[in-house]
Amino acid sequence: MSTTTWGWLVLAFPLAGTIVNGLGHKKLGRGGAGAIGTLAIGLAFVSALGALFSLQGHDAEHRQLVSSLWDYAVTGDVDAKLSILVDPLSVYMMLVVTGVSTLIHLYSVSYMRGDRGYARYFAYLNFFVFSMLVLVLGGNFLMLIVGWAFVGAASYLLISFWYRRGTATKAGIKAFVINVVGDVGLVLGTFFILRHSGTLDFLGTFRAVDGGAFDAHHGSLVAGCLLLLVGAFAKSAQIPLHTWLPDAMEGPTPVSALIHAATMVTAGVYLIARMHPLFEHAQAAADVAAIVGCVTLLVAGTIGLVMTDIKRVIAYSTMSQIGYMIMAVGAGGYVAGLFHLMTHAFFKALLFMAAGSIIGAMAGGQSLEKMSGFRRAMPFTFGCFVVGGLALSGVPPFSGFFSKDEILAFVGSRGGWFDALYVLGYVGAFLTAVYTWRMIFRAFLGEPCAEARELEHGHLVHAEVPTNPANGEVEDTDVGFPGPEHTIAERALPMKVAMSLLAIGATVAGLVQIPFVDHVVTSFLEPTFADSKYVHAEPSNGLITFGLVLGTVIALSGIALAYRIWVLKPGSATVWRERFKPAYTLFVNKWWFDELIDLLVVRPFAAFGNFSRRTFERVFVDGTLVGGTTSVVRAGSAAVRAMQTGFLRYYAALLLLGGAAVVLYFLIVAS
Amino acid sequence: MALSWYLVVSALIFCIGAGGVLVRRNPLVILLCLELMLNAANLALIAFSRMHGNSDGQIFALIVLVVAACEVTVGLGLIVAIFRRRLPIDVDELRELQG
Amino acid sequence: MSSVVFFVAAIGAIAGAIGVVALRNPFYSVLALVGHLLSLAALFLLLRAEFIAAAQVVVYAGAVMVLYLFVVSYIGGGATQLTPGGSQLRPVAAAAVGALFVELAIAVLGSGLKAIGGDGAPYVSGFGSPAAIGEALLTKFLFPFEVASLLLLVAAVGAVVLARRRTDKGTMLDDDEREGTHWITPRSLFSGTMAEAVGAVRDPNAPQEVER
Repeated sequence: MSTTTWGWLVLAFPLAGTIVNGLGHKKLGRGGAGAIGTLAIGLAFVSALGALFSLQGHDAEHRQLVSSLWDYAVTGDVDAKLSILVDPLSVYMMLVVTGVSTLIHLYSVSYMRGDRGYARYFAYLNFFVFSMLVLVLGGNFLMLIVGWAFVGAASYLLISFWYRRGTATKAGIKAFVINVVGDVGLVLGTFFILRHSGTLDFLGTFRAVDGGAFDAHHGSLVAGCLLLLVGAFAKSAQIPLHTWLPDAMEGPTPVSALIHAATMVTAGVYLIARMHPLFEHAQAAADVAAIVGCVTLLVAGTIGLVMTDIKRVIAYSTMSQIGYMIMAVGAGGYVAGLFHLMTHAFFKALLFMAAGSIIGAMAGGQSLEKMSGFRRAMPFTFGCFVVGGLALSGVPPFSGFFSKDEILAFVGSRGGWFDALYVLGYVGAFLTAVYTWRMIFRAFLGEPCAEARELEHGHLVHAEVPTNPANGEVEDTDVGFPGPEHTIAERALPMKVAMSLLAIGATVAGLVQIPFVDHVVTSFLEPTFADSKYVHAEPSNGLITFGLVLGTVIALSGIALAYRIWVLKPGSATVWRERFKPAYTLFVNKWWFDELIDLLVVRPFAAFGNFSRRTFERVFVDGTLVGGTTSVVRAGSAAVRAMQTGFLRYYAALLLLGGAAVVLYFLIVAS
Repeated sequence: MALSWYLVVSALIFCIGAGGVLVRRNPLVILLCLELMLNAANLALIAFSRMHGNSDGQIFALIVLVVAACEVTVGLGLIVAIFRRRLPIDVDELRELQG
Repeated sequence: MSSVVFFVAAIGAIAGAIGVVALRNPFYSVLALVGHLLSLAALFLLLRAEFIAAAQVVVYAGAVMVLYLFVVSYIGGGATQLTPGGSQLRPVAAAAVGALFVELAIAVLGSGLKAIGGDGAPYVSGFGSPAAIGEALLTKFLFPFEVASLLLLVAAVGAVVLARRRTDKGTMLDDDEREGTHWITPRSLFSGTMAEAVGAVRDPNAPQEVER
């Protein structure tokens, strides 16, 4: 089978899964929907592997294969086709997406077991995977935009999955609206680029840019790339379009694991990596990306220090790590950024899954302030948290260590003002270690809380009255709602299998790209990035070694600090809080971004909307246009209706008058 | 007499019949006025037949006679049916076909 | 001589027409129409249409008007007012009718047809005779002739159907079991539905077979 056929198969399986689950959800019942969903993604993963082996069968110059299924609208200036591009980058992303998705589907099979919307969940999840694959496999801007929009829609559907919760629906809308802002940026950026490149196709556009199509229109290129960045920032939750990601934690935990950790939020990273020829010619845009990535990783890190909801800590951690990736691809370290993408997918999904397990033990509660001492009651979950936490903090030999240090080494090797980013990156790494282990120590060490004690005796606590963990209001459990059963990993085999595989990945995935030893990822991705000007910009050996050592030291010191504050001297956290009160207030209010956006964007638009509704819509449209038209029609029909009296003689009179008029006309004409 | 006289007489009778249709309320009388109009048309046809000198117009008039007879038959049947249903014999009252 | 006959006949026709319209009693209106028809027959004779004149008298004045008289006697004239409620129609009627007459008069008198001004084509012996009419009917106008006879048949059947009498009072609600009537909503008898007239719905006491 040709490589591109494997590519189409990768798209076809999740789509089939969506359709079967979506249309047949009443007939399939519990087991069927979950099995079909997982099987569909599993087959997609197998097809991705097929694409991988088939691609490696080609020689290095011919590893960028385009296959077009259908010409959608091919006219003079626009060539919109349904085409996919199978090259090392897209195969890499495909493997990550389908691999992690399969494991998350497996996890969901038992996590969502008691939920009424089980089949709907799997239909949505398959749809999401399909959209993400369209995004990464797309061979032209059209497919990219379509996949981008679908992913946003799938994210909305899944965030507000428990749609009876007001908080969930509000979060879904917030995510969707911010993503739409990104969509607009993406589409406008495409227009700017299309104007002078003449083609929507990726390879064609890159050839045009490298061939000098934009030499005279540098401003257009920079504007286009900046607009593409708007899209990337919205999707990847970078400042200032990041406010949706913490709220998106309203969705079920596997959704957070898949969408908001491993796949959707990495779409921005993929976008910049894919468009690297454009960004390399528009250096300003790439620099903006790097700076924004760095700012995000710091801000998110600081907020993660003070959050009390366990899922939100992990969400801000995601934001921070994506900041690392954006910084990397903005600086030109594409391979480093993508390598971190893969390892991050593993350990972040693992952390979310483990968080789901502990949330199950707390009967749905997510607050860190109520959790403590689960170490003895949930050893497997604790182990997963430890593995994920070590990988996230960047402790060798776990995967996060190698990927994060590769990023920072590359940034450092750029020189100039990138050195500031280099330093801030290590500050961020320190913060990462601290907040990660704060979460782990608080939840698992210390005195067991009531739920933990119950669990040690083998009894899983259930809430008598289901309440929304976010705001405590009592919930309507009639429809589409988490069922009364909670699952923890220790008791569910699918969850255990999925988490174990991810733990293994988080541990050993770094071994493919150990500095000085091997560079599997670099050589695999080389055909895609061969035209990059940074392809030979290797950091010096000294810098690499220094980075490795510094990274280890910082990670371990961060863990040590967290241990001291939250385990050795409990209560010292409150002391620190008092000592740094202004900083604490800033972090707890999430740097007031929500309020700022509300003031600058939401209120003016709401005012404009109100004005439109009250004045323009009511007076002009309803009153004049619609009301005027209807009253004209009504008057006309009333006039005509007056003729239909039913009186025979009136009809006869009309006939006669008409006859007289006709004869008069003929007389006049004839004279 | 010149043929135009006959035609003028025909027009006059036609108009009188039309006026009668408009003015009378009894459906029987309306039918009678319709007969007037038909007869006026017959007169015109016969006059023109005389003008041309062939009998086409007379045949036409004969057929008009047949049609008038049929129409009278059916119309009177309707009026008898209306009378049997105890409905008022007044075209101003029979106005359900409206709207 | 012929002018005198013409004027007499014309005045008779017009007087009969005015009588039809103006007389209150429908019986008198029918009689006025009979007079009108006889005057018209005289006019036809003046125009040398012998057969048509005879047919007019025999068929029209003889048969059709007799039928009219039957019906008028059955229904009773009633002294209905001339135009009590339709008086607002009188000026409109006068205007429309007057306008129409004026226009037609202009059309006739100002016509470009020169032949109207004269007496018509030269008289051919046998013009308007039954032989001529018969020959035309059976050769040139055979199809209209046959269609006209069909029309008469239809009218006769229609009249019989329309004026059929129900012998018993009752509702038609009992006939739902008849095939093909499920689409007919039950109505009381004598409400004038076409279903009743065409016999699609019957009451059980009426005679089943109707002579056709």
